[in-house]
Amino acid sequence: MGEFRMPSLGADMETGKLVEWLVVPGQRVKRGDIVALVETQKGLFEIEVFEDGIMGEPLVAAGQTVPVGTLLARIEAGTAKAVFTEVRTEPTVEKTTEPSPVSKPQETIPAQPTISSERLSCSPSARRLALELGVDLATVQGTGPRGAIQRSDIEAAAQAKTITSPQATAAPAESAGDTPETRMRQAIAAAVSRSNREIPHYYLATEIDLSHPLQWLEEENRQRSMRERILPVVLLLKATAKALRDVPELNGFWLNDRLQVQPDIHVGFAIALRTGGLISPAIHHVDRLSLGELMQAMADLIERTRSGRLRGSEVTDATVSVTNLGDRGIKTVFGIIYPPQVALIGFGKISERPWAENGMLGVRRCVTATLAADHRATDGHQGALFLEALNRHLQQPEAL
Amino acid sequence: MTEQELLSHIFAELKKVAPECDPVELAPDENIREALDIDSFSFLRVLVGLNERTGVDIPESDYGKLSTLAAMTRYLMARLP
Repeated sequence: MGEFRMPSLGADMETGKLVEWLVVPGQRVKRGDIVALVETQKGLFEIEVFEDGIMGEPLVAAGQTVPVGTLLARIEAGTAKAVFTEVRTEPTVEKTTEPSPVSKPQETIPAQPTISSERLSCSPSARRLALELGVDLATVQGTGPRGAIQRSDIEAAAQAKTITSPQATAAPAESAGDTPETRMRQAIAAAVSRSNREIPHYYLATEIDLSHPLQWLEEENRQRSMRERILPVVLLLKATAKALRDVPELNGFWLNDRLQVQPDIHVGFAIALRTGGLISPAIHHVDRLSLGELMQAMADLIERTRSGRLRGSEVTDATVSVTNLGDRGIKTVFGIIYPPQVALIGFGKISERPWAENGMLGVRRCVTATLAADHRATDGHQGALFLEALNRHLQQPEAL
Repeated sequence: MTEQELLSHIFAELKKVAPECDPVELAPDENIREALDIDSFSFLRVLVGLNERTGVDIPESDYGKLSTLAAMTRYLMARLP
């Protein structure tokens, strides 16, 4: 059996309003199905389930605002098979070899007095991890057999906790008279304030000659119908993802005092809303998409962001961010990292500039690429390697 | 297609990407993207929409020739099938 809880949709979210249930009790759902609409300060999001099963009775009615982590409904296991697909590889019978005199006394403390024992299906090793990381077991969604809480669940909860720690969310309490624009500003304020308070940023910038990649793209676009043409920013996005494969330390999270490099490259792409504010939803697996696929993915994401049809997971799982202010005539972007990410790549306007090379002065189409990175996670050397790799990939557009 | 009909198509496409704006108030020689704060992605959508409404194929190298209402109307009127 699984649980469907109010998800955390960003560094700034404390509560969410369940706007609408899109399924009825008894309905069969499978992993990835959208089951509810949730409204946060940043707008309306489609929320999916992460397991197969049968939807239970709603525990929160439409229209109610509840804290992140609140149980919204249970998901009953549909068939044995459906449950089995959810069993993750867990270091099951982990030998408790750690000589932990420090944590010993803590173990005798019941993890959470508030929860009934039947909900506490949790291995000792996971329980200890929860104590170490200060995770409230009552708020953890177990993904193991029969909803058992596993180490991976604790780690995920610790991550979510970091994101929504009260200290980090200094946003003023929501007052009834606030407009959506005001609440959007408050959400952004909370995230950037935390970023500036906690992250020691360093900044690097480089000019990149885009003459060759743009010529290549124009040739490519001549063979495409209007609908299928690719914008230059797609080259920048793809080259960014490939450069992140070369320098993976910039693709990850700073959590629990260490860098956690992420295996997948999900690029949060800053999208300005016409009503003000911005959202950075993730384009998934950017390094694996062809340029045409990436253009489609970006177009789809922009459309859905502006029409308020984003999925909850899309605003939470970006591993790095890209902001492109070139359309506004900006030359250089000095970005603020979106925690817990550790890097933000900025692009300015593509424009003709004087370019000296091999003793000759010429005019080239250039872009200024910047990196804002978390100095706790990486040093300038890695940042420089990344910008170098970015340039190298852009100069080989046919390989992008 | 008359010029008036073409204009109403243009307004309809602009309205799609900038719903809160009133494109009718644009001056003929005003830069559309600047006046309505439209990014390159949205502008491309407008051009794709106009292509579908008018049948005029606009090569990428000509995108810069459609930056104002006057220029856009002139360009498309001259190439209507």
